[in-house]
Amino acid sequence: MIEARDLAVMRGEQVLFAKLDLSLSAGEVMRVSGPNGSGKTTLLRILCGLTEADAGDVLWRDKPVKSQRLEFQQSLLFLGHKPGLTPELSARENLNVLCGLQQPVSDGEIEGALKAAGLDGRLDQPVLTMSAGQQQRVKLARMLLSSAQLWILDEPLTSLDSDGQEWLEKQLDNHAAKGGAAILTTHQELSGCNIRTLDISRFKVAAGDLESYFEGITGV
Amino acid sequence: MSELAQAGIVATFLSILRRELKLTFRRRQQWLNPLFFFVIVVTLFPMGVGPSAQILSVIAPGVIWVAALLAMLLSLDTLFTSEYRDGTLEQFILGSQPLSIIVLAKVAAHWIVSALPLVVLSPLLGLLMHLEARALPGLLASLVLGTVTLSLLGAIGAGLTVGLRYGSVLVAVLVMPLYVPVLIFGSSVVANASSGQPIEAQLWLLAALAMLSITLAPWAIAASLRVAVAAD
Repeated sequence: MIEARDLAVMRGEQVLFAKLDLSLSAGEVMRVSGPNGSGKTTLLRILCGLTEADAGDVLWRDKPVKSQRLEFQQSLLFLGHKPGLTPELSARENLNVLCGLQQPVSDGEIEGALKAAGLDGRLDQPVLTMSAGQQQRVKLARMLLSSAQLWILDEPLTSLDSDGQEWLEKQLDNHAAKGGAAILTTHQELSGCNIRTLDISRFKVAAGDLESYFEGITGV
Repeated sequence: MSELAQAGIVATFLSILRRELKLTFRRRQQWLNPLFFFVIVVTLFPMGVGPSAQILSVIAPGVIWVAALLAMLLSLDTLFTSEYRDGTLEQFILGSQPLSIIVLAKVAAHWIVSALPLVVLSPLLGLLMHLEARALPGLLASLVLGTVTLSLLGAIGAGLTVGLRYGSVLVAVLVMPLYVPVLIFGSSVVANASSGQPIEAQLWLLAALAMLSITLAPWAIAASLRVAVAAD
């Protein structure tokens, strides 16, 4: 479904990762693991097209994402590291605007999704008065409202309690069973669902190897 | 373009507009600030220059227009800051509706809550500055047309600097050269109107500038926001 070829990212003088290949087909869930600062968030941002990689391509259904941005974005749900919620708006208003950017959903559906995410009775409360875990649940409720095939989730488990983690694993399972794909970063092990792990630190380029690496790609 | 896509665009525009208006009611100082600034700057002039009607009526067009321009500039530099910080901007970019429409809706909402009150208040300040009563229609018309351009151009600057910590000075430097034509034509409408000369030519020019920025600025704003988010 989504495929990345030979991705490389530089941060200043340092190569964050290089020669990174990944491919994800329908029904698969992939977890990107690695220590802090290894480029997990950057990788996800590149996959969804928010940032450009310094080298390499991202393909969606065997064609470069760049040539079919709209089709790609219609099948993408990205829940980033930042909350993506407006603090002064209520949970219901937030989801109304955010879902409207993809495809309009009815108020009843939003209500149902928020209740399923464990936020019964807090639908009209401004998000800023909610706890971090509750805000995370509002954000994750979008999974229930989206028909996107590809989910890209950056640290979806942040501030979730164990119930929430279980709930999220169930959503991932359902999504994979329906033929969707998901890629996520987390530091916790996910046990509940069938999951593949990509260790990003394997693609780290040590400072000493940098020269030989560039010789390798430029052929000098 | 298919009818479905068109309906989607209109729905997005209205949904963002509604969101923005709702937000301004919940963040009150955001739209009151530029209005206070405008009123304070203009009312200071009679005190600083002296209450002589002769001098005040001559400088009134320039003073009111400069104050309006600065008030718009002040209110615009944070137009995208909160969306950038809380990640909403990423969602706007990755949605399947065009970013330029979302941005146009945001600027439209900003114009309604920041520029429109300023326009409504301007005849009062005109009288305070001893502006001839016959100049008031010209003042209103020039401000309505001019602030549209100022909002859209300012939003380009706001987009370019959204990722910077202290971007507001930079917005002023970036946008000021583009603001100058609007200021020149705007204040000359008011000056001509108060001396009984024709104002149609300048008004048409202001209208043309407004149309030009409504059609082209949204793309520039969208592109500037994409760059800012990519560098995040």
